[in-house]
Amino acid sequence: MATLTPEDLGSLVLDIGADEAKKELVGKYPTKVARKRAKQIVANQVEPDLTVPEIQSNVRTVPGLISQRGCTYAGCKGVVLGPTRDILNLTHGPIGCGFYSWLTRRNQTRPKGPEDHNFMTYCFSTDMQDEQIIFGGEKKLKQAIQEAYDIFKPKAIGIFATCPVGLIGDDVHAVAREMKEKLGINVFGFSCEGYKGVSQSAGHHIANNGVFTHIVGLDDTEPAGEFKINMLGEYNIGGDAFEIERLFEDIGVTLVSSFSGNSSYDQFANSHTADLNLIMCHRSINYVAEMMEKKFGIPWLKVNFIGAGATAKSLRKIATYFENPELTAKVEEVVARELPAVEAVREEVKSRCAGKRAMLFVGGSRAHHYQELFREIGMEIIAAGYEFAHRDDYEGRRVLPNLKVDADSRNIEELQVEADPARFRPRLDAAGIARLEQEGIKLSEYQGMMADMKNGALVIDDISQYETEKLIEIYRPDIICAGIKEKFAVQKSGIPMKQLHSYDSGGPYAGFQGAINFWREIDRLVNSKVWKYLQAPWQEHPELAAKYVWE
Amino acid sequence: MDSEENHDTAYISTTNACKLCKPLGACLAFRGVEGAVPFLHGSQGCATYMRRYIISHFREPMDIASSSLGEKQAVYGGGPNLKQGLSNVMKKYGARLIGVATTCLTETIGDDVPGIVREFRQEAQGEEPAPAEIVTVSTPSYSGTHMEGFHAAAKALVKQLAEPGEPTDAINLLPGLVSPADIRYLKEILEDFGLPGIILPDISETLDGPAQLDYEKIPAGGTPLASIKAMGRSRATLECGRSLLGQETAGRWLETRFGVPRYALGMPIGLQETDRFFKVLEETSGRAIPSLHALERGRLLDAYVDGHKYLFNQRAVVYGEEDLVVGLTSFLAEIGVQPVLCASGGKSGHFQEAIAEVTGEIAPEPPLVMEGADFYEIAAAAEGLAPDLIIGHSKGYKMAQTLQTPLIRVGFPIHDRFGGQRLLHLGYRGAQQLFDRLVNAVLEKKQQDSAVGYGYL
Repeated sequence: MATLTPEDLGSLVLDIGADEAKKELVGKYPTKVARKRAKQIVANQVEPDLTVPEIQSNVRTVPGLISQRGCTYAGCKGVVLGPTRDILNLTHGPIGCGFYSWLTRRNQTRPKGPEDHNFMTYCFSTDMQDEQIIFGGEKKLKQAIQEAYDIFKPKAIGIFATCPVGLIGDDVHAVAREMKEKLGINVFGFSCEGYKGVSQSAGHHIANNGVFTHIVGLDDTEPAGEFKINMLGEYNIGGDAFEIERLFEDIGVTLVSSFSGNSSYDQFANSHTADLNLIMCHRSINYVAEMMEKKFGIPWLKVNFIGAGATAKSLRKIATYFENPELTAKVEEVVARELPAVEAVREEVKSRCAGKRAMLFVGGSRAHHYQELFREIGMEIIAAGYEFAHRDDYEGRRVLPNLKVDADSRNIEELQVEADPARFRPRLDAAGIARLEQEGIKLSEYQGMMADMKNGALVIDDISQYETEKLIEIYRPDIICAGIKEKFAVQKSGIPMKQLHSYDSGGPYAGFQGAINFWREIDRLVNSKVWKYLQAPWQEHPELAAKYVWE
Repeated sequence: MDSEENHDTAYISTTNACKLCKPLGACLAFRGVEGAVPFLHGSQGCATYMRRYIISHFREPMDIASSSLGEKQAVYGGGPNLKQGLSNVMKKYGARLIGVATTCLTETIGDDVPGIVREFRQEAQGEEPAPAEIVTVSTPSYSGTHMEGFHAAAKALVKQLAEPGEPTDAINLLPGLVSPADIRYLKEILEDFGLPGIILPDISETLDGPAQLDYEKIPAGGTPLASIKAMGRSRATLECGRSLLGQETAGRWLETRFGVPRYALGMPIGLQETDRFFKVLEETSGRAIPSLHALERGRLLDAYVDGHKYLFNQRAVVYGEEDLVVGLTSFLAEIGVQPVLCASGGKSGHFQEAIAEVTGEIAPEPPLVMEGADFYEIAAAAEGLAPDLIIGHSKGYKMAQTLQTPLIRVGFPIHDRFGGQRLLHLGYRGAQQLFDRLVNAVLEKKQQDSAVGYGYL
């Protein structure tokens, strides 16, 4: 879903070309490391048919290179299940893992009422000790589940395995089955030990497989509403989902379930009744959309609610899909209502930001989504990359048939899904699909980040702290977007930094209102006057200041 | 509830922990050494999680390298990854010291880290640049808290680096986990006493550095390596923390191995614990307290008198690391606040005793003491104790919100307020700041709770 053609995007003009910069980045590495990193750093080149150069990704990080990446547990418990408010998430392991994933991503949620559960401010752990490492931890795990049930009476309990669990051979799934039977509530386990996979991406997969296997499809109640959708891969950081939900409500679309920002257990259970799946973060959840299509017949569309233009486009896609004039009219009404305020701010901010240059190294889709927001205010993206994405997120789904499956990927279970005999219902026939194609809407399609970037821009996978610092030296960009771990090193280098994981203290940045919020923030950052004070008045002639009076 | 008895927690699971994990403490300690890069031998998620957590408190860069073990290494051992990681950190960062801490993963599979490092050193002989010092410490997260990790790393540093030789005039100061502002203040105090001091670890600059024109990959500051090597030759060691009683700490090791006399002190929080600290400084330096500090003591006492009417009989819940809580409890008791609950996620076995030591003579009734506690238990106990004040780090917010009680943030981690790294806890000056904050919290609450809008209190 490239929004612009390669001709529209054009080429970047840089003092130091991407190829030269690449040489500098890997130049000081030992030969073996340099060879590996060279495959993960490419100069973008978009062909007319939107093919782009191959980039190596989803491979292990070289030990000792300080990476942005987290672990499988982080992806599973922290990212995907983290925003679920009424599933009691119990970490089976020593205390650190649970503590560090204790609502640190700024996910927000809105319980329906005072009696609705919200466990997001809690952190549950078996707090493993030596004794469990030696004699096994299943007994303690069972007791912990019993305790959690006795005190909180949750609808469901999720169990998350940390590194030692797999090593000592505790079977979280057997314990889950036993306790499910005993307590009569849904209990399920996730084998998301931190050493599995190459990044948190493996954890997203394990989490989503679990949600799909253990929850989706449990409740067949038909929800009210004519246009029923699910929102996949939106985690409600800083209230993004609230802003998107507001728009859905205004255009008259029913959100059956969100995966997993502002979600609830019951919504997951009911999600197979929707007629369309929308994917925000392709990386973390595209396989769930595929499985839901196979099992229940729900088609999926890649959308993007980051950026005003992207939001309008995504809403129109929904209307086109449902082929309903009333819905189309409502969408146009909402777009017309929201755009004037957006345009006013955009013009104002653009006057101060146009021509400035940004770099984005974040996530598995955010580095793509946010480019449009920057483009809308005239800023250039000179380099971008993902932390844990795969080749299809960079190069588009066209590369999927040729992806090599390595040992690390093989360790992550691929569910074998078949059409559900009772619940499978195709939402579109061949004519419907053809109609959509005619109207320019391709189902099950994502063209990746690189097709949306200028020729000559740098694309870097799993950038290291060292390379980030080197890039700053080379290009001195006007802003860098990454996460909290990179934030203060970037700022200490005199470059403004915006966190795109947890949004610093800001947000929402999704939808129309979100675009306004984001542009105001970027304007404040790139036009900040604070950096000029780095040089104290007496440092203006440092060679003089360094001399003593008698010299 | 019988407050004389040690509170035994009734729960098997931990809900809302009041402790962090062991390797995190080790990383914090290693970060306080000049030119050092902390290194975690394990899954890369550990480094990422601990970096992001430490950063959220200090708002400073915090690089932690990782050997990034995967499934294969979990089966066959992490030696090759550790060696490759060490080599890359040396080449890319110009580290002068790499502090390797283990994790649950590598402890469970039983990697022999000192052995692997020995091999690495042999293999790296003659290589350029000259290999950095490597200090290793065993920090399985399933045994102890971040404080055990912190002290273990401090001990590993002296044990693996200190060398014998001619005695020096220096004194070793092992303050425990305190803020960068605290350490800057301790340095001032030592300087004012004319004492050449070696503070280990010293995070005063490495975790609270200035904005500069040029970025440094490894921040300036930290305890100089040469100083750590010389710690066995110092004339005395001051080691803070009453919970360390009888434990094999860095200070104790310096005493047994090199005969450096060790003064065991509490964390110098509040007047009395600070008086004890200053008395030792007077003894070791042979000098009277410098007038600047005597004046600060006087002003503190003056404030105690002035503010007593506001704080008297207020009931406080205190939680956090054991030694910090002991220090705070001592301070609270001496200013007339009644510590009703002292809780920690730590479990040194000396907490109860240490609290009794500092409250025994002054607190009208002994507080309830909970060790190895989590916030679910702390909040449950606090509810029945009707506290007026809650004192501790950010994780007590939920409890404070439920109880509608002011939370005065101290210690680590503080991620819902700004400036945690600059909070002063220690000494007369730190007590003064804590005292002012407490009085103002009481006044603010009083003002908030009244609908009238009194502006003169």
